[in-house]
Amino acid sequence: MTTTPAGTAATASAVSVRGADKVFATKRGEVVALTGIDLDVAPGEFVSLIGPSGCGKSTLLRLIADLDSPTSGTVEVFGTSAHQARLDQRYGIAFQQAGLLPWRTVAANIALPLELHGVGAAERAARVDELIELVGLGDFAQQYPDHLSGGMQQRVAIARALAEKPALLLMDEPFGALDEMTREYLQAELLRIAAETRAAVVFVTHSIPEAVYLSDRVVVMSPRPGRISAIVPMNLGRSADRAEDIREDAAFFEMITAVREALHGAPVTGARGVETR
Amino acid sequence: MTDAAIALTPPRRRARDRGARLRLWGYGLLGIVVLGLVWELYKALGPEDGVVVGGARVLPRTTDLAMPHLWEMASRLAEPVTRADGARPLWLEIVLAAALTLGIAAAGWVVGVVIGIALALVMQRWRLAESAMLPWIVLSQTVPLIAFAPLVRSWGARIEIGAFEWQDWMSVAVIASYLAFFPVAVGALRGLQAPDAIHLELLRTYSVGWWATLRSVRLPAAVPYLLPALRLAAANAVVGAIVAEVSTGLQGGLGRLIIQYAGQASGDPAKAWAPIGGAIVLGLVAAGSVAILGLIFRNYRRAEATA
Repeated sequence: MTTTPAGTAATASAVSVRGADKVFATKRGEVVALTGIDLDVAPGEFVSLIGPSGCGKSTLLRLIADLDSPTSGTVEVFGTSAHQARLDQRYGIAFQQAGLLPWRTVAANIALPLELHGVGAAERAARVDELIELVGLGDFAQQYPDHLSGGMQQRVAIARALAEKPALLLMDEPFGALDEMTREYLQAELLRIAAETRAAVVFVTHSIPEAVYLSDRVVVMSPRPGRISAIVPMNLGRSADRAEDIREDAAFFEMITAVREALHGAPVTGARGVETR
Repeated sequence: MTDAAIALTPPRRRARDRGARLRLWGYGLLGIVVLGLVWELYKALGPEDGVVVGGARVLPRTTDLAMPHLWEMASRLAEPVTRADGARPLWLEIVLAAALTLGIAAAGWVVGVVIGIALALVMQRWRLAESAMLPWIVLSQTVPLIAFAPLVRSWGARIEIGAFEWQDWMSVAVIASYLAFFPVAVGALRGLQAPDAIHLELLRTYSVGWWATLRSVRLPAAVPYLLPALRLAAANAVVGAIVAEVSTGLQGGLGRLIIQYAGQASGDPAKAWAPIGGAIVLGLVAAGSVAILGLIFRNYRRAEATA
């Protein structure tokens, strides 16, 4: 892995977006996907992007990942341009679909980025063992993806994203296609993994409880044009220290209400529920 | 999570696959038996002069000359080719000729596969190449073989590089490859374009180049498209080799025997069917050999996992 000068690594934000706009040219004219985005994510911080469809949360993640480039404004990752950060492999990424290669075993899927970047066989095997242990798939190393459940596939995808020990993890609705039980289980796993690896996480979701449970800060976005409408800090203690039972705390419900109010742009009247999506 | 239950499904599915495969073989054999029955039934019940509609004979004559009994064809195989002393039995003659044709077809297949995959790679790499070349590739298959087989032969005869001299069988192999490359080029192109967007995007986040993407994603994803294309190419190569043997007049192969024995059919009707049967078996052997490749690459044919 590339190292940055010690000075910048210590001080630079994991992610720093300044005045970013994204305009897509379509047949029916220009569509403003994002406008005036300013966002900082500190090293080791867990930040969720939440908002209705079309608010540009996935687009923002793609800008950070350098899968798209901003029309104007800058996106920096650990003090370098997003493009350089991609070339330097400063982040790991997981999508809504696990996106495993069906012809590779679990172990070989996790090894893919290491293989492509020329890590030696012995080191690779050791790292893969570590990662399989980390995501709790010890017995499935030699299975093929079509033998795994959706949740297990997603765990493999997370292990793959962590393979090169990135200090930044980008996740685009990774649990969106899973059932609620698997989802909550993997959320707890993700917090544990994020704490162990001390990686910063930018997490796109459309589930309020998911965002609240996982995040240090929740970035609320609104559509047409996509922009950040509020940033809500979660007063629930360090995300790394949270346990399952926090989901039943009064503070948790308060945060859910806070995020919902930010989403709707006005205080919500009526009963405080646990409406999810 | 019921992980154990999930892990247990594959063996059951494999057993089901095996049953299905046996049934397929059964149907295949049944088809051959039905075909034989139709032949003999029509021969027994059909009119001697065939069925003629408006001056055109739509069904053949049923005489022993036009349609020998199946058992006559079979027993003819065991008899010598000619009445000359020391003549080889007919079946051996057919096997030897088929072996020669198979060798030539195999050479043509290899050349065709290499060219087909190379063309597909170029077309995948540059979209412009695809729009420029694909119509010509399709058009190439409309040229009648009979027309250009003598051409290939006469061009080949002029090639002489040092000690290398063009052999007649090479013309036949070139023509076989001409038929074989087409399904490979088309199939491989589709396969190389088949990977999921998410896989290509993932490789982009790894910031690796075209070659690494090709190796780790595009080629493996192309395998399910490539296998049927290779099988088609094998059958095409056999057809091409036989036709080219006929039109270039190459001695010793099945194509030549088909012509030669057809000329003797009035005196020995069962003999003429032997090389035709040989050609059919040859096509099956060629296509079947490619199925072995399918076994080797079976991991690349796994269904796309549903997340």
